Amino acid sequence: MKKVLFRPSKLKIFLLLFSLLTLPQFYAQDNEPEVEDGPKTIEAVPDADPVKGKELFNSLCAACHKPYRKAVGPALHGITERRDLDWIQKWTINSRELIDSGDSQAVAIYEEYNRQAMPAFPQLSNEDVNDIVAYVEQPKPEPSGGKKDDSEDREIAGGGGVSTDVILGILAFVFLMLLVILFLVNKTLRRFAEANNVELYKKKEKSKPIWVAFAENQFLVLVSVVVVLLMVAYGGYGYLMQVGVDQGYEPIQPIHYSHKIHAGENEIECKYCHSSARKSKHSGIPSLNVCMNCHKQINEVAEETGNDEYSKEFYDNEIQKLYEATGWDPDTQSYTGETKPVKWVRIHNLPDYAYFNHAQHVTVGQIECQTCHGPVEEMEILYQYSPLTMGWCINCHRETEVKMADNPYYEKIHEELSKKYGVDKLTAAEMGGLECGKCHY
Amino acid sequence: MKRYSSLIYVLILSFILTSCFDKRKPNYQYFPDMYEPVSYETYGEYDIFPNAQQALEPVKESISRGWLPYDYEDNAEGYDLAKADLTNPLPYTEENYNKGREMYDIYCATCHGGNGNGKGYLVEREKILGVPSYDDIGRAITEGSVYHVMYHGINTMGSYASQMSNEELWQVTHYVMTLKDLLEDKEQKEFVEDVENPVVR
Repeated sequence: MKKVLFRPSKLKIFLLLFSLLTLPQFYAQDNEPEVEDGPKTIEAVPDADPVKGKELFNSLCAACHKPYRKAVGPALHGITERRDLDWIQKWTINSRELIDSGDSQAVAIYEEYNRQAMPAFPQLSNEDVNDIVAYVEQPKPEPSGGKKDDSEDREIAGGGGVSTDVILGILAFVFLMLLVILFLVNKTLRRFAEANNVELYKKKEKSKPIWVAFAENQFLVLVSVVVVLLMVAYGGYGYLMQVGVDQGYEPIQPIHYSHKIHAGENEIECKYCHSSARKSKHSGIPSLNVCMNCHKQINEVAEETGNDEYSKEFYDNEIQKLYEATGWDPDTQSYTGETKPVKWVRIHNLPDYAYFNHAQHVTVGQIECQTCHGPVEEMEILYQYSPLTMGWCINCHRETEVKMADNPYYEKIHEELSKKYGVDKLTAAEMGGLECGKCHY
Repeated sequence: MKRYSSLIYVLILSFILTSCFDKRKPNYQYFPDMYEPVSYETYGEYDIFPNAQQALEPVKESISRGWLPYDYEDNAEGYDLAKADLTNPLPYTEENYNKGREMYDIYCATCHGGNGNGKGYLVEREKILGVPSYDDIGRAITEGSVYHVMYHGINTMGSYASQMSNEELWQVTHYVMTLKDLLEDKEQKEFVEDVENPVVR
C-alpha cells in the first residue's frame, strides 16, 4: 500500500523527461540549414546574369510586364521558345523600328495589343536584354511549402526560440497532471482515514447567521446603505453619459480593408486616399478608382502579409471583391463595365446639429489625422477612437495653440487678441473656438 | 447553493449592463430629434436615388465651377500631342513649387521616390514594380507628358484627376520637372516673383 505514495513522483520525472526531450526538437528545427536554390542557367542565354536581369526587369519592364502572368503587355516567361534572341533584343531596344521595318511578328503583336507601342529602351545593351531574358525564363517559384511549416518557422523566429504557445501548452499539461495527482492522493488518504475510522470534518455548532448580526448593527447598516447609494449614483451617471456616444464602434465592412497594412506597413499617406479631407467638409470615402491606382498591379498580397488571424487567401479574396465591385477583369486587364458599388459602413458620424469641417482642421489647422482618429495605422479593423462628444471638442480647442508663425493672415488678429488676453500664444478657444455659433447654427 | 444564487444574480446583472454596447452596432440614442438630419446627407441611403445611393457622379455634361476641359485624349496620339505641345500655364513661383512638393509627397513619392528616381517605399518593398526614374532617356518626359499622365494615367499608373485639381496637377508638374533637372545634375530654375495663377485646364 505504501508504494502508492511514490507513484506521483515517478509521473513527475516522466513529465520532466518528456518536456526535456521535446524541447530540443523545437530548437533543432532552427539549426537545419535551408537549401537555397540558386538561379538556373537558361539554355538560350547561357552567359547572362539573372540577378542583374531581375533588377533591370523590376525597374524598367515590370510596369507593364509580369513574368508569369499577362499584364498591360504579354507574360514574358517562355519568350525564348516563341521568338529568337536577336528579335527580342531588337524589339526591346527599339520596337518602333522593328514594326516599321515590316517584321511580321512585330506587326502582329502590335496589332494584337491595340497598336499600343512599347516604349524604346535605348539605354539597354544586348547583354542587358539577355540578362532580363535569363530572369524571366527562370522557372516559376513553387509556393513555399505546406502551411504548417510556415507557421512553425514564424513561431521560432519570434519569441526567442520556442513559441510561447508551446511553453504554455506544456505548462498547462503539467498543471493538469498535478491536479490529477492531487485528486488521486486525496482519494487514497480518504480511504485510509475511512479504514482507520478517523473523522474528517467536525460538525459546527449552530451560531447566529451572519446577516442577522449585520442587521442588528445599525451603524453598519447605515454606512453600507450610503456606500451602495453612492455606487448606484456613480454607475448610473456613467451609464447615462455614454448614451449616444459611439466610441469603440467597430462595424464589419463589406470589404475587409486593413488600415494597418496600407497606412501602417506600407506607409501610404492618409490623404492619398482621403483626398477630400484637404479641401472639403468631408474626409471622403475613397472612390474605387483610387484603390485601383495600386491594385491594378497588386492582385494578391505577399506571402508575409498573411498572418495567424487573417491568411493570405483571405486577403486575396478581399482583393477579388474589389475587382468584382469595379468590374475589373484581371485576365484581359480591362473593365467589363459591370460595377457593384460597395456599401461601406460609416463609422464617424456627428449629430446633425453639430458642424464639423475637415479642411478647416486638416489644411488650415495642420492637425494630424491621428489626433482625432487615433492610431489608425495600427488598426486592422477601423474603430471610432474618440468619443466625438462636445466636451471632447471643447477640451481640444482649449488646449490647442493656433499655429500662426509665418502666416500673415493671422498677423493683425494675433496682435489684437494677445493684447486682450495678455498672452503670447493663442489657443483655438481664444480665437473664438468656443463660440456656440461656430459649430451650432 | 442558495448562498451563491445571489452572487450569480449580481454577476448576470452586471454582465447585462456592461454588455449593452455591442461594438458592431452604433450605440442607442436618447430622443434623437436633432441627431438625424432632415436633408439628404453625404453618403446616405435614400429611396429617392437609384439603388438608394446618395453618392452619385455629377450630372452628365455638367462641370464644376472654375473647371476647364482638357482637350488631349486618353490614347497614344493624345499622349504624343500633349508631350510635344502642352506647357505649364502656371508661373514657376515659390508658392506653386511648395504646393507641388506637398502634393507630390502625398500622392507620388510613395512609388516614384522622394527625389523622383523611381525608388519609392512601395517599390523598395517590391509591392509596385517598374517605376521609371524621371531622367529615363527612353521616356524623356516633358511638362506636357507629365500632366497628361497624371490626368489620364498610363499603363498601370491610374489617373490622379479625381484626387487633385487641375491647378494642383500643374503645381506637381513644376515639382516633377525640378526633380528631373536635379537628377540630371542641372541647376534649378529661378523662381518667378509672385504672380497670380491663371485659371488652368
